[in-house]
Amino acid sequence: MTNLLEVSNLTKRFGGLVAVKDMHLSIAGGEILGLIGPNGSGKSTVMKLIMGIERPNAGSVKIDGEEVAGLPSHQIARKGVGIVFQHSRPLHRQTVLENIKLALLPDSLLQLFAAAHIEERAHEIARRVHLHHVINRLPGTLPFADLRRLELARAIARNPKVVLVDEPFAGLTAPEVADFSNLIASFRKDGHAVLLVDHNVRGVANLSDRVLAMYLGEFITEGSADHVMRNETVRRVYLGGALQHHDRATPVNTADELLRVENLSVFYGKAQALDDVSLTVAKGEFVSVVGLNGAGKTTLFNAISALVPSTGVVAFDGGGLDGRSAGQIARAGIVQCPESRELFGDMSVRENLDLGGHHLPDEEAKKQLDWLLDLFPILKSRAGQAARTLSGGEQQMLTIARALMMKPRLLILDEPTLGLAPVILEQLSKALEVLRQTTDITVLLGEQNVTFALPHADRVYVLEHGRFIWEGPPERFATEAGAQFL
Amino acid sequence: MTNRKSFAAIAAVLFALALLPFGVSGYVLGLLTLGFYTAVFAMSWDLLFGFAGEVNFGPSFLIGIGAYTAALLNHYEHWPIWACVVTGGAASIVAGLVLAVPALRLSGPYFGLVTLVAVLMLQNIIVLFAGITGGEIGLDLPDVLSIDDSNNYWIALTFMGISGAILFGLSRSAVGLILQASGQDAMQAAALGFNVTKHKLAAFCISALFSGLSGAMLIFYEGTVSVGTVVDIAVGVQVIIAAVLGGRRTILGAALGAIFLIGAGELLRPLGEASTFVVSAIALVTILFVPGGFLGALLHGEKR
Repeated sequence: MTNLLEVSNLTKRFGGLVAVKDMHLSIAGGEILGLIGPNGSGKSTVMKLIMGIERPNAGSVKIDGEEVAGLPSHQIARKGVGIVFQHSRPLHRQTVLENIKLALLPDSLLQLFAAAHIEERAHEIARRVHLHHVINRLPGTLPFADLRRLELARAIARNPKVVLVDEPFAGLTAPEVADFSNLIASFRKDGHAVLLVDHNVRGVANLSDRVLAMYLGEFITEGSADHVMRNETVRRVYLGGALQHHDRATPVNTADELLRVENLSVFYGKAQALDDVSLTVAKGEFVSVVGLNGAGKTTLFNAISALVPSTGVVAFDGGGLDGRSAGQIARAGIVQCPESRELFGDMSVRENLDLGGHHLPDEEAKKQLDWLLDLFPILKSRAGQAARTLSGGEQQMLTIARALMMKPRLLILDEPTLGLAPVILEQLSKALEVLRQTTDITVLLGEQNVTFALPHADRVYVLEHGRFIWEGPPERFATEAGAQFL
Repeated sequence: MTNRKSFAAIAAVLFALALLPFGVSGYVLGLLTLGFYTAVFAMSWDLLFGFAGEVNFGPSFLIGIGAYTAALLNHYEHWPIWACVVTGGAASIVAGLVLAVPALRLSGPYFGLVTLVAVLMLQNIIVLFAGITGGEIGLDLPDVLSIDDSNNYWIALTFMGISGAILFGLSRSAVGLILQASGQDAMQAAALGFNVTKHKLAAFCISALFSGLSGAMLIFYEGTVSVGTVVDIAVGVQVIIAAVLGGRRTILGAALGAIFLIGAGELLRPLGEASTFVVSAIALVTILFVPGGFLGALLHGEKR
């Protein structure tokens, strides 16, 4: 059997960061390959490189034997590659039918009117993805799953040899997942080569003929879903080698509540990102919310900080936060370190820290700064350097240090380990443990890296598809909830 | 609203407009004539902004190139009017290409900034070569379209009708669909196999052609060309406000907005300097509360 997609030695660098390194994969016609890796592992970049949205620095991408690496996106599309984006962005003033017809039009400036067969073909595709009953409606009136169907319809309109699907089941309910699985399986039957990109094996195991795992831009292993799940490195990446936890010297009084969240729900348009979530954090407690990318961690934190609209109750230190602006909430003492870090790149490390302590009296700011530079000694040696020249790990430490300069009552850390090398994780881990053992600070940590999240947690919540599915002390996590993470 | 109904409505409005010279004064006709040419500017601009998604901050660059090319050829070479107008339109396309080919490679707000700088450069060049171009005072033209108000009015109405039909038809065609997709999400359009740059460039050329033609027609109506009427930033700003006011992505709304702006400016003239303020305030309120513009609100009841 010839391979419809053949990728070899593919490499992509963004500045100094190697996002994809010497990657190889191949898919034959009538085969589904699941490409998995945690957030920041480079799997989406691989997909973009195949589609030509990003240009590879080196390596080859062959579609049915023909080299396409480095070609612009529209030419690669015409060589027979279709992509189903995670977020659908249809034309909102055009009906479903017109949106599908768009995908069938020739790339011509002269053909002003669609040929007759295009109409017929569009109807055919709509029937195939079960959109025929809404074909004359505008996309804005459709439920989320139908928008995903439309995205699917457009990707397969030109009958591509290779179909790339980004997070096929994100945001779908169980019956919808089954329906989409059947649709994707039907591509296989028609001889297409299908690449499914997802976070974990579980998401793609049922559908994939083979699974390929990558981490930090590199190939780890490939084989059956079982084989990949048994792989040492995969287990370490997702679960950590050995899950451990540390007890506190002095236990916290869990009755003394600092943050209480009740029945919190968030919608992004039609997709529900957070579904009736409740949690509490006591004064001085370290609480970890673990969940895969897309589970809703960032949404939860943003809802607490009033950065996204939500329904439900958020109470802080006894008082409701209802109706307060994001700025007021930050001044009340909830400080969030976002995933994206949001440092002032052109300012020095010292200036970034000074900005964080801006509202403190000079004396106090100096004391706080000295304490932080002791906690993160690397920042002392980098004090005069521009923040953007720091490594990822150093930037993360600076982000946390800057947040601590604000003397927060509740520190929210959103995926501090994103894209960091293991050795950096250890330094970060030590700093967190010092915070936990020697200060009375309260921390709410969101992580997909369980190994990092567990040692410092007093309590753990597991978030999946916008809901808490498990809550308990870290020592019970491995036996009760660990299996969710492969 | 069904297509047939709206087509009938538009035909009725055009017919009524065509009968206007039998009932109203030459002053009103003159105002509407100016409004019709501005309408073509605004429709051309909407094709680029509403459909291709590119903000051209310098519509008067394209208008000015067309107008001055036609004016110079008529003034110095005594070419007939039709040849001047056609050459003016062609010159706008060439100038547009020279500008857009490098500018479309830029992303984000840079395309808009390049178009803005282009206007300033054109204005400077015209003033710099005042000996040839007449500088800030302008240039008189030996020929005019007509000395009769009604004839001028009908010429402008016909020109607007034809330009509007072509631009509107294009926006509703298969090409318009691809253009809209390119404007809204270039990455996705490319992934569907469309050469986004090619389509945007074509839109820019068409926008340039009609801007240039209309600019050239306008000066032969007025009998004179000057920086203040066809090149100045203020001219471009008026075109942009007209298009946004009338309704983005509707083409016809842009024409409506242009005629409204010209009319309102004149009606409010007794207010003196305050008239500009009132018109600007109306535009601001519309953009803030009815982002779909007049026609957008009418057709889609749309709110963003």
